[in-house]
Amino acid sequence: MFVYLDNSATTKPYDKVTETMADCMKNCFGNPSSLHRLGIAAEKEMKAARKAVANVLHVKEEEIYFTSGGTESDNTAIFGAAQARKRKGKKIITSKIEHPAVLEACRYLEQKEGFHVVYIGVDQNGKLNLEQLADEMNEETILVTIMHVNNELGTIQPISEIGTLKRENTLFHTDAVQSFGKERLNLDSSFIDLLSLSGHKIHGPKGIGALYVNREIHIPPFVYGGGQEKGFRSGTENVPAIVGLGSASQISLDDFERKRTHVMQIRNHLLEGIKEAIPNIRINSPEGDGCSPYILNISFLGCRAEVLLHSLEQKEIYVSTGSACSSKKKGSHVLRAVGLSDEAMEGAVRFSFSEDNTIEQMDYVLEEIKKAVETMRKLRGALGRNRR
Amino acid sequence: MSEERNTYIVRCGEVALKGMNKPYFERMLVDRIRKVMKKFQNIEVRREEGLIFVKTPIDLNKDIVTREISRVFGVASISPAVEIDISEGDAEEVLDKIGQAAVSYMLGLIEEKGVQTFKVDAKRANKAFPIESPQIGRIIGAKILIGCKVLKVDVHNPDCKLFVSVRREKAYVFEQKVSGFGGLPLGTNGKGLVLLSGGIDSPVAAFMMAKRGMMIEAIHFHSYPYTSERAWDKVQDLARIVAGYCGRIRIHSINLLPIQEEIVQHCPEEEITILVRRFMMRLAEDVAKETGCLMLITGENIGQVASQTAEALVVTDASVQMPVMRPLIAMDKVDIMDIAKQIGTYETSILPYEDCCTVFLPKHPATKPKLDKILESESHLDVEQLIKAALESKETVMIYGEE
Repeated sequence: MFVYLDNSATTKPYDKVTETMADCMKNCFGNPSSLHRLGIAAEKEMKAARKAVANVLHVKEEEIYFTSGGTESDNTAIFGAAQARKRKGKKIITSKIEHPAVLEACRYLEQKEGFHVVYIGVDQNGKLNLEQLADEMNEETILVTIMHVNNELGTIQPISEIGTLKRENTLFHTDAVQSFGKERLNLDSSFIDLLSLSGHKIHGPKGIGALYVNREIHIPPFVYGGGQEKGFRSGTENVPAIVGLGSASQISLDDFERKRTHVMQIRNHLLEGIKEAIPNIRINSPEGDGCSPYILNISFLGCRAEVLLHSLEQKEIYVSTGSACSSKKKGSHVLRAVGLSDEAMEGAVRFSFSEDNTIEQMDYVLEEIKKAVETMRKLRGALGRNRR
Repeated sequence: MSEERNTYIVRCGEVALKGMNKPYFERMLVDRIRKVMKKFQNIEVRREEGLIFVKTPIDLNKDIVTREISRVFGVASISPAVEIDISEGDAEEVLDKIGQAAVSYMLGLIEEKGVQTFKVDAKRANKAFPIESPQIGRIIGAKILIGCKVLKVDVHNPDCKLFVSVRREKAYVFEQKVSGFGGLPLGTNGKGLVLLSGGIDSPVAAFMMAKRGMMIEAIHFHSYPYTSERAWDKVQDLARIVAGYCGRIRIHSINLLPIQEEIVQHCPEEEITILVRRFMMRLAEDVAKETGCLMLITGENIGQVASQTAEALVVTDASVQMPVMRPLIAMDKVDIMDIAKQIGTYETSILPYEDCCTVFLPKHPATKPKLDKILESESHLDVEQLIKAALESKETVMIYGEE
């Protein structure tokens, strides 16, 4: 049985998305900047897509700028905010569990541009220490960048509360790549100035994303050139991908509650099954409302997650160790930040769900993971038992 | 006059030392050169009096031709040359012709590289030619001085050393000698099976044996799911690079996990590595016999790791009858790395997909294993059955060198 449980790494595009994109490439290949009819047709498609993205966030379409994806959106927001506000202060607040697209940008500003960056810690569930954040906030603070849903644990951060702590000169950015189209987002009451999102996490195409920029604020562009996207993001627009993102955004709103409930049931089914059938585990994701139903992170102690991953892969079950982006490096900075032991880090597996998953799939996964964990523990137990 | 062609002189190095077998080796070398040049059209390769001459269309890039041919094992060096027809005329007329060719060659070099000083090194391969080598050099040198006013002679440190070779019917003028790898033509020394791990050493070992004329077949062991599929891709990438020198390589891939599991459960921990090693050798020997390989090749290097101590090598060797070639045995790691860089496998070898099967790494591996104890440990295993099952799971792919 084919079971894809790596939806936080990327999702399978909706058929509607691939069809719309193929149609766009065949029939609507004009450059939106062209003055002729073909250009206008492409521009129209893009406008509709922008509207669809804006609808998900309940914002105005002129506040949406298309980018090449989550990383570019994060970089644009952070470097742009730093540039725009550097005369008002040099303090940036972020967290220890941000995506590298945020952390590395902050680190650059810290090391090369003389900014003072504070990395707020998290509790064992990955929840931000709000008190520490409030203490750190001052008139010097020009940027707060805190992700909405953590990609490895699923922890939801209280971004509305964070927003209320803002000072006059503070811009608030959130990386919503894992929550866009999956969590309700109300930008009106959350004081968010900048928000990053990506297409391929919501069954849209790769290589496309967007940055929401509150119309009240102004930050400089990150990419210079022909002046597309009102001069904020130059480069000929990736029209097919933009159209795909639009289509995926629109579909994400259909049956929103039903899909969310379904995924929640799936996740609980697997979680309860694992808890019951497999001893010696650590649930790394927070339990209850504080977690995205789309992500479940569990450590199987005494196992190597990488080996579990390959064992499951043989059964056509696809999961992830830590997060796909960081699995090439040693150890996850997120799991370290929540205080996992080396053994728990080594055995951490991330299951990430989509609306396509079913209860039957979870039963199958449970059965296979139980077998794999038992085999592995048995083998590890045997090692060192025999000595000369 | 016949169409204009580019000429290359290829020198055969060690092949020339072979006594009675010399024609055989030369023929093999010509075959090999023809094979690598097959991708171009209208190529002529022939051997004549201990040298090989390659002629190509004039528009075929000289650097490409030189690079391709210099990669053929058995080639000592190669020189792009100007060929001069000297079948007619007396000695004076012949030297005039050579002089003209040399002058226009040098004019070209002045233009291209800004050469200012030169020296002529002449050789009379045809002893029937009435003027001796040093004298030919002086005469051609004088003609160049007259023809190229800007040039000066510098016998100690010239910008350009111009070689003049007077042979029967033809003379050649050339400047550079591009070194080849040397060695012997591929296929003149049977076939060997290399144990290809994905590390730095084994591709180098395969290359070194291939350089001595041995055809290469490969066997790779993995422990999937304890190792990643990317490790298998990496081994294929390495084989592709080595195949660039020896045409193609067939790789047999075997999953060792069932064997490792048995060993972990039934044998002393400190002997796991050496026991696994012996199974690898046995499996390799079986595959070698089946595929017509005469010997095994490993990248082992004495003292590098626990399984490569003198004692461990003795115990490993005792598992097979076939000779085991270890071309890197006494080399230092840095020198092995240098060769890996030179042949282009290094960057791929250091990609971090090494086997993640630390589960099977004993904390304190036995560095001085004793054969009798190892045999005793093996008696707890159904060796024959394990080997049979492992061979049944064998997968084989053919890897071709990149064009």
